[in-house]
Amino acid sequence: MIPEKLLNLVVLALLLAVPYWASLNDAPFTITLATRATIFALAAVGLNIALGMGGMVSLGHALFFGIGGYTMGILAFHAQSFTPLIDGPMVIEGTKSMPVIWAVAMGVSALAALVIGALSLRTAGVYFIMITLAFGQMLFFFTISWSSYGGEDGLSIFLRNEFPGLDTLVPFNFFALCYGLLVLVILFNARFARSPFGLALNAARQSPDRVRAVGLNPQRLKLVAFVISGTITGLAGALFADLNRFVSPTMFSWQTSGEIMVFVILGGVARLCGPVVGAVAFVMLEHFLGGLSEFWHIYLGLLLLLIVLFARGGLVGLVARRGAAHD
Amino acid sequence: MKQVTAHYGSAQALFGVDLELRAGEVLALMGRNGMGKTTTVRSLCRMIPVNGEMTFDGHDLSRLPSHKAARLGIGLVPEGRRCFAGLTVTENLIAAARRGYWNLSGIRTLFPRLAERRHQLAGTLSGGEQQMVAIGRALMTNPRLLVLDEATEGLAPIIRNEIWTALARLKAETGLSIIVVDKQIGEMRQLCDHAVVLERGSTTWAGPMAELTPALSAQLIGV
Repeated sequence: MIPEKLLNLVVLALLLAVPYWASLNDAPFTITLATRATIFALAAVGLNIALGMGGMVSLGHALFFGIGGYTMGILAFHAQSFTPLIDGPMVIEGTKSMPVIWAVAMGVSALAALVIGALSLRTAGVYFIMITLAFGQMLFFFTISWSSYGGEDGLSIFLRNEFPGLDTLVPFNFFALCYGLLVLVILFNARFARSPFGLALNAARQSPDRVRAVGLNPQRLKLVAFVISGTITGLAGALFADLNRFVSPTMFSWQTSGEIMVFVILGGVARLCGPVVGAVAFVMLEHFLGGLSEFWHIYLGLLLLLIVLFARGGLVGLVARRGAAHD
Repeated sequence: MKQVTAHYGSAQALFGVDLELRAGEVLALMGRNGMGKTTTVRSLCRMIPVNGEMTFDGHDLSRLPSHKAARLGIGLVPEGRRCFAGLTVTENLIAAARRGYWNLSGIRTLFPRLAERRHQLAGTLSGGEQQMVAIGRALMTNPRLLVLDEATEGLAPIIRNEIWTALARLKAETGLSIIVVDKQIGEMRQLCDHAVVLERGSTTWAGPMAELTPALSAQLIGV
């Protein structure tokens, strides 16, 4: 067993080293795989705030992932087709600027999380799961019928968006952007978990009544956490759309929500880098086992079963020393 | 509290509790088992719905949610050493912290054992240490009224003494108002200014602690 902090550093170092090695050896597909894992990790780190710290089992986080993706897709589509996003007395143009797209994607995701969280958190347990799932499915079917932006076929973006001072068409550069954002969010999470708010949120997960007895409103704590969680997942969605230069209703599907949850459970619920390990493991399994058999999900299911039965702390919990992860 | 009644579902638990406490006083809430002491505490802390008049420092408590009652300055040490087991001692205290007289160093001075155990998960502490965390956590909210529900129940005598000593210090040094529910009649006599005795969910006797003679307490509560 090694200390979790050391494991986290090793994981993040490896996640940077492999694509760097690939960039030196002209292996762009490896960089794309690493970028995909990094973006999935970012989405899962977002979910881990709601699930791991707040105890909110959300089966609707694909909604924020999709909102982030469609925000990028719509803004870039209008910028690249030279058509205004909103016409009339006040004209709003699209944009190809990544920082602007990220800010809008995070803002829209935060707003959606605020509304959905305020409604969903009036319930708990299986009802919370069902409401978050229902919201995700509502957006899924809405985008299928949204013909202005491709409907069921999705929306292609011709060029990757721009970042000041960086050629984002170079695979390693785009990876570096995603990796930088992931590290920033992980650092934020590390501080957040130890802040009075983060501790109160953890306490609210353990016992809402006891938290009320010390003058805190557990619903409000969870709502704030849900908004932060949705915002981060929305940012991941915008990056994922930029990676693929394509958005489609699949981003909103419940399978996507399930996959993000699998990343968290596989790596370790409430572990700082658990979602990173889970996302990397998923992408590696998808790549290597997917090449051997189209039924590779069976092996993933088997692994998940073993983790849930025998390693509640996930893959991180198997090798890292720390307090036991909660259920 | 004036003529407060409370129900658990269709079962009535309080039939008319009267209770008054002035700033800086310590009140003993007494009664045999099942007479409504914990229900009175839960009513005061707004954890169950009640009817009747309840005011605290001029504020009507009767319709407030429990977290708002706590924010007015009512700190609860609940029955059964209820810490946040997955947080360390220090994290338990920080999670509840609000600005005021009490801070981490104050709690560690009051309970030196907690300073030694500050990085330990609360769920792995002994029962007495968990109770100290629960009291410390309530104090970290900087309450004006501290309510302790069976705080020394089931603890070793040496730990009970530490807790009674800490409560005496709180009374002497901070002027905090305290309501104590406990079975340690000897310690209660030393600490409390007034007493309220409950019987079958209503107040049956109230007055200065000095007037609750051993004969009277034997008659009212059996000890």
